[in-house]
Amino acid sequence: MKVLIVDDERDVEMLFRQKFRKEIKKGSLELVFAFSGAEALTILGDTNPPSVMYMFSDINMPGMSGLELLSKVKDRFPKLKVSMISAYGDKENHDKAMNSGATGFFTKPIDFDTLKREIGILLN
Amino acid sequence: MNVEIIVAIILISYLRVSTLTYDVPERWKKPLKWGFFSALTIAVLDISTLLNSEISKVLSLFLVGGVIYVILRYEELHKGKQLVYAWLPLLLLSLLFEMIEYLFPAFFNRWDDYFTSIIFFAVVWGIAIWIINNKQRKTLEKEKIKALAREQEFKATEEMKIILEQQVAERTSALTAQKEELEKALSDLNATQAQLIHAEKMASLGELTAGIAHEIQNPLNFVNNFSEVSSELLDEMCDEIQKGDMDEVLALVEDIKLNMQKISHHGKRADAIVKGMLMHSRNNPEQKSLTDINALAEEYLRLSYHGLRAKDKSFNATFRIHLDPHLPQIEVVPQDMGRVFLNLINNAFYAVNERAKKSKEEGIDGYSPTVNLSTALYSDNGKGYLVITIGDNGLGIPESIKSKIFQPFFTTKPTGEGTGLGLSLSYDIIKAHGGGLEVISDHGLNPFAPEAHSEGDKQGTVFTITLPYENTTKL
Repeated sequence: MKVLIVDDERDVEMLFRQKFRKEIKKGSLELVFAFSGAEALTILGDTNPPSVMYMFSDINMPGMSGLELLSKVKDRFPKLKVSMISAYGDKENHDKAMNSGATGFFTKPIDFDTLKREIGILLN
Repeated sequence: MNVEIIVAIILISYLRVSTLTYDVPERWKKPLKWGFFSALTIAVLDISTLLNSEISKVLSLFLVGGVIYVILRYEELHKGKQLVYAWLPLLLLSLLFEMIEYLFPAFFNRWDDYFTSIIFFAVVWGIAIWIINNKQRKTLEKEKIKALAREQEFKATEEMKIILEQQVAERTSALTAQKEELEKALSDLNATQAQLIHAEKMASLGELTAGIAHEIQNPLNFVNNFSEVSSELLDEMCDEIQKGDMDEVLALVEDIKLNMQKISHHGKRADAIVKGMLMHSRNNPEQKSLTDINALAEEYLRLSYHGLRAKDKSFNATFRIHLDPHLPQIEVVPQDMGRVFLNLINNAFYAVNERAKKSKEEGIDGYSPTVNLSTALYSDNGKGYLVITIGDNGLGIPESIKSKIFQPFFTTKPTGEGTGLGLSLSYDIIKAHGGGLEVISDHGLNPFAPEAHSEGDKQGTVFTITLPYENTTKL
C-alpha cells in the first residue's frame, strides 16, 4: 500500500521511514514524500487512478497550505483518504479539515502509535 | 469811611482767597470770616453815620491792627505780608496826620498841601508795591505750575515705570512658566519616545512569540521523535545481535548515528531560536558581532511567516529565498539587524495579505501572494556591499505616501495595529550601520513580479538594504 506524506520539513521523511521500518521491509507499506502541496498534486496525478491510497498532509506549509491541498485533492480524487497533521490543534483548523472531507486530524508532535494503528487498519 | 477799615477789608479778603502758592489755613477760616463781616459792618455803620466816627475809627484801628499782627505773627498767613508792607506806610501816615490835624489844626492847615502830597505818595507806594507783589506772585505761581507739571510728569513716569516693571515681571514669570512647561513637555516627550521605542520592540517580540513557539516546537518534535525512534532501533538492534545478522546491525548503527546527528541539529536549531529571542528582547547597549546575514535573514523570515500564520489562520503566502552562498559574515548588531528584517518582512507579508483579501473581495482569481528574500555581494569602485532585498507582490505603496513611510509614527494600519515606528527605526538602524535603505514600489517596478505571478502584473514593493563590506581583499 502506498502512503503519501506531505510536509515542508524534509527530516519528516527519515523519521517516517524509521518508524515504519518493519512495514517497509516487509513490503506491506510504501512511503512517498512530497515537500509542498504542488509536489503532492504532481505525484498524485502521475497515475490514474493514483497509486497512493492514503495521504497525510501538514497544514502549515508555505505556498499552498495543507487545507488548500486537501480541498484540491478531494475535488480531483474523492476516494483518496486524507488526514491532516498540524502543529496548531485548534478547533478552527480541525473543523475546516473535517468539513473538507478529511479522514483524521493529528496534532504535532505526532502520536505514532495512533498513526500506526490507523495505517494498520488499512493494511488489514 | 476811614483808610483803616478799607485796608482791613482788603487784607482780610485777600487772605480769604486761596491761590496756587497759598491755601487758606483751616483754623483761620472762621476768624477771617468773622473779621470780614465785622469790617463790613463797621464800614456800613460808618458810612451810614449810625456810628460815631471816632468809635468807628477806634474799632477800625483795632481791627486793622489785629489783622496786621496775626499776619506778621503767624507764618501760615505769609501771603498777607507783602500787602502789609504796601499799605502800612499809608496807614501810619494817615494816622499821624489825623493826630496832627486833631492836636495842631493850625499847623495842619498850614502844611495841608504837603500832607496830602505825602499821603498821595503813600498811596502810590502802596499801589506800586501791590503791583510788584502781584507780579512776583504770578511769576511764582507760574513756576509753581511748572513745578507741579514737572512733578506730575515725574509721578506719571514713576507710575508708568511701576506698571512697566509689573508687566515685565508678569511677562517674565509667564515666560518662565512657559519655559518650564516646555521643558517638562520635552522631557515627557523624550520619556514617551523611549517608551515607544521599547513598546515597538516588545510589540515586535509579541509578533514573534507565535512564530518562535512554532519554530521551537518543530525542532523539539524532531528531537523527541528521533530519540524515541532511536531507542526503538536499539531494541531492534539487540534482536538482530541475538540473531547474529551483523549486516542489519550495522545498518541500524548507521541509522542511529544519523538520528543522533538529527537530534543534535534540531537541538541546536531550537537553541539558536531561543538565543535570538533573548537577544531581541534585551534592552542593554547592543554590541556588534560577526554575523551570518543569510542565516539571520532566513531565521526572521521564518519567524515572521510562522508568527503571522499562527495569528491569522487564513493567512498564507509563498516565500522564495535566493541567498548568495558566498556572502561574507559582517560586523553588525544582530538583534538590531534582526528587527530590520522582521519589520520589512512583516510589512511584505502584510502587503500581500491585504492584496489577497482585496482580490478575494473583488472576485479576482489567480493572485498568488509571494514574498522574496535575496542576498548578494556587490563591489563598486573597490568598495564592497552586501545587498539584501525583500520584495513582495502586495498592494504597493501609493505615490502620495511614499515620502512619509520613513517618518516616525506614520502608519497605514488601523489604529492600534501599527506603532508607525517600524520603518523609521529600521532606517535609523541601517544608517547606524553605515548602510542604506531604499524602496521601489508600486506598479511596474517589481523585478520579482514575473516569477511571482502572472505576466503583466508588476504591482508590489521592494526594499533594498545595502550594508558596507570593509574587507574588500576577498572581492
